Amino acid sequence: MDRDRSLHHIEAALESPAEEHVHHSSFSPLMEESSPGLEEPHDAVEMEVLAEEGGGDEQTEVLSALVDRRRGSVQGHEGSRQGNPLARERWSSATQRVLCSMPSRTIGRGQGAVISQYSDRTTQLRRRRLSQPSIRDYSRSARPSIRGYRMEVDPEEEAKEREKLVNNLQSLPAGERMRMLRAMPLRMAEKSELRKLACSSKVRRSLSSTEISCCSRLKFYTIISLQQGWGIVVSFLQSLQPWQVALKTVSGRFGTGVLSYFLFLKTLLFFNVFLFCVNGFFLVIPQAANPPPYDYANVSFSGLELLTGGGYFTDTVMFYGYYTNDSCQLPENSTNGTANQSNCTQHTSYNIPVAYFFTIGVAFFVTCVILVYSMSKSFAQSFRIEKSRGNLTVKVFCSWDFSVLKKSSVKLQTENIRTQLKELLSEVNCGKVEKSLLRRLERMAVHVLAWAMCLASTVGCALAVFHLSKHLFEDHPPVSMSLKDEARLLALPVVVSSINLLLPGFFNTVAWMEEYDSPSVRTYVAIFRNLLLKVSVLGMLCYHWLVKIAGDSEKLKLKCWESFVGQELYRFLLMDFIFTMLDTLFGEFLWKLFSQRVLRRKRKPVFDIARNVLDLIYGQTLTWLGVLFTPLLPAVQIIKLLLLFYVKKASLMMNCQAPRRLWRARQMSTLFITLLCFPSFLGAAVSVTYTMWTIEPSKTCGPFRDLPKMFQSGKRWVEELEAANSRLTWLSWVYTYLLENPIFLFIAAGVFLIITYFHTQVVDGQRKIIALLQEQIENEGQDKKFLITKLQAAHERKQSFSPRRLESRDSEVSGMD
Amino acid sequence: MGNKQTIFTDEQLDAYQDCTFFTRKEILRLHGRYHELAPHLVPMDYTNEPDVKLPLALIVNMPELKENPFRNRIVESFSEDGEGNLSFNDFVDMFSVLSEMAPRELKAIYAFKIYDFNTDNFICKEDLEKTLNKLTREELTSEEVNLVCEKAIEEADLDGDSKLSFADFENMISRAPDFLSTFHLRI
Repeated sequence: MDRDRSLHHIEAALESPAEEHVHHSSFSPLMEESSPGLEEPHDAVEMEVLAEEGGGDEQTEVLSALVDRRRGSVQGHEGSRQGNPLARERWSSATQRVLCSMPSRTIGRGQGAVISQYSDRTTQLRRRRLSQPSIRDYSRSARPSIRGYRMEVDPEEEAKEREKLVNNLQSLPAGERMRMLRAMPLRMAEKSELRKLACSSKVRRSLSSTEISCCSRLKFYTIISLQQGWGIVVSFLQSLQPWQVALKTVSGRFGTGVLSYFLFLKTLLFFNVFLFCVNGFFLVIPQAANPPPYDYANVSFSGLELLTGGGYFTDTVMFYGYYTNDSCQLPENSTNGTANQSNCTQHTSYNIPVAYFFTIGVAFFVTCVILVYSMSKSFAQSFRIEKSRGNLTVKVFCSWDFSVLKKSSVKLQTENIRTQLKELLSEVNCGKVEKSLLRRLERMAVHVLAWAMCLASTVGCALAVFHLSKHLFEDHPPVSMSLKDEARLLALPVVVSSINLLLPGFFNTVAWMEEYDSPSVRTYVAIFRNLLLKVSVLGMLCYHWLVKIAGDSEKLKLKCWESFVGQELYRFLLMDFIFTMLDTLFGEFLWKLFSQRVLRRKRKPVFDIARNVLDLIYGQTLTWLGVLFTPLLPAVQIIKLLLLFYVKKASLMMNCQAPRRLWRARQMSTLFITLLCFPSFLGAAVSVTYTMWTIEPSKTCGPFRDLPKMFQSGKRWVEELEAANSRLTWLSWVYTYLLENPIFLFIAAGVFLIITYFHTQVVDGQRKIIALLQEQIENEGQDKKFLITKLQAAHERKQSFSPRRLESRDSEVSGMD
Repeated sequence: MGNKQTIFTDEQLDAYQDCTFFTRKEILRLHGRYHELAPHLVPMDYTNEPDVKLPLALIVNMPELKENPFRNRIVESFSEDGEGNLSFNDFVDMFSVLSEMAPRELKAIYAFKIYDFNTDNFICKEDLEKTLNKLTREELTSEEVNLVCEKAIEEADLDGDSKLSFADFENMISRAPDFLSTFHLRI
């Protein structure tokens, strides 16, 4: 580092090329004397000591020339390519000096350069902040590769730049200052000093200034304490990170690809915890504290309830049917024994129907916001410009997974990278093999056949589900509560879970015979087929529940169709869990035995990330579908996810090995969260909205029993409020015209679509600009090559032009020694 | 975990929290890890900022770095003297940059330093060769290594000086969003 810095000091002194002929002539004898081979590095070091002890200009110039020569000869070694004008064996010293003092080569990540670059950045940030209220993406505008270049600064300028940086940092708000500090590539000691300077003078300034009134000082202290409190909360939340050690073990052995599955599981867990807390606090606890005065036949608890969700569980807080349509008294005010009527004006009553409606609505809305936010953040990080070239470099620099720690996994990774590099090389060498027409048609035919098989099986399964559900419920509706009937209820979930288990395996088998251009295309096709299967099966089931069962509930002699649908969803979730467990515990183990004994492969099976993630998404869709009918379903899902984590991890450790191909973890994570948002959450939200807006709730149970449609509970509540307090008429107006009127929703959706369209256009434009800039950089490179060769040619001409002048100077220089 | 720690002053912990991507708890844990590398060298009391540096040989024996082919270069890039002797600040710096919250630009800067074996601010062909040999444990033939290096430089070098400057490197990184997930060490 020091060596660089002093060299750059020297080079900074060499300003104008006009002086070069003076220096040039004094160097030539030295150059001719010294050998054309590599100088030993310690020679240069020794001379450097001399230079630092106050050597004269000429010594330092000699030093720079020698070091230039070293660099130049290093350059010469590598540049044995034909036709590369920059790879000449021997540049003249002047050319080398010019080359070395070019701005792009004197970046040096030395402290001075970084400080000056960051003071530029913060100045720009400050300017932008003053002109615009919101700052976004400042880091992208001031990329170190495009701006902020400066030659290495000497100590006085460095101090000035540092002063400027500290001033700029002070003017930024605390959050941005922290972000700026963290992103600086300086060492910790320097950063903490900058921070101290930036914070202390601000505090001192604000505290010592007598003009600051007592109120603003109080405000200042409040803000400081709030920030500290927030810091404590954030660190507490971060410390709650569950499974840190487990995740580290998994990533240490299997890499980031498999880790992404477990991280996705963790994300889903947090979503469910949120849903559970919201539901629990606003729905379950008030209702459980005030049990409705119904009398049901005492059904005893038999073990089958856990599987079917029926029997004892039917009349508990778990299902929709338990909830009253009246208001509850809150515990403090339980002086009145009876439940109040809904148009009572007591302020401490808790209106259950309204709470139910709004809780579910708000929970879905917040989940939507969080999903869209994480999806967009994920997109931003995984944004890349598709280019066919550049794969080899990316493979060399970006394919090593630093989080892999175990020796055997590291060895495996080395082998994988080696194989991939060899493959890429052979591809690059041979070029694209021209496929004959026949071969291409053959491939096309195989693809068509495979797709036909997959689609046919999907449609077949969907129809099977449809007919089975019809047979089970419409033709022979379950009447009695006998064991046989309860067991019949389990038939549909078992069939659907087996479909979900077996058919993806079938798709994988079919995909074996197909030939794909790249492994990522294969993965995408597999995901798409699996997704199509799940969507069609779920769609069929939703039709069955929301249209058939809800519509014909009297015909089916169902007292409470919502509870029934809730129980169905509970059963589905549970069966899905049981089947996944069985598959993991036995399936993977058996497959490992099979592949090792029968197929005689030395390697263990690979963990199928895509399939497992899609199973998780399927489970989450069921949970979201069922939240309206079973407020406690998130709790079931939480237990399921917790158990699944440990079981999957154990099975992984025992039976699987790290994947062979590079799994593009970031892109796949983006894809998964998009799939979670779009088919999964959107479908669930649409079903719930359809239920609330269109379907008539059952008349004998649930919080909406006396309403024609579920959403009218909100309207009724607003009307009550209006009746109670005439100043709130605007609220009912808002409700009528904004929430009920579909026009508003259409307009909102239209605006949203327009904004999305504009953003995509902006992104397209940026892509084009990036391509143009890349071309420009290449042109600049060509220009640079051209100029350097011209420079060298000019020197050579000059050198050959005046040999006599050199001879006379020789004697002068030899006298110098 | 309720006793007040005496390893760092509150101000020091605040500074660490603001300048790195770690929380107080994680800094204390990092100190624990640093201490267990050399219990007799590393003091438990850092309030007066002792000048203790651990040599390269100790740091690269950590389980997180032991099997990494670039372990020597990683430690050298974060050390002040370039030889791999890390003080606690350097140690924290290293894991902060390699943590999952560090932004891409910061990681790219240090990745460039790591792959630049001769520290001349350029990734020249020799640096690439050394990188490849470390990646593949020298099991590629020398022609293959040569070919890969040439092709890689051809692909990534935008300004035509037959080596990769930081601008070229960063441009190449932008095509690989996985870089953020692979250039990540958990501690």
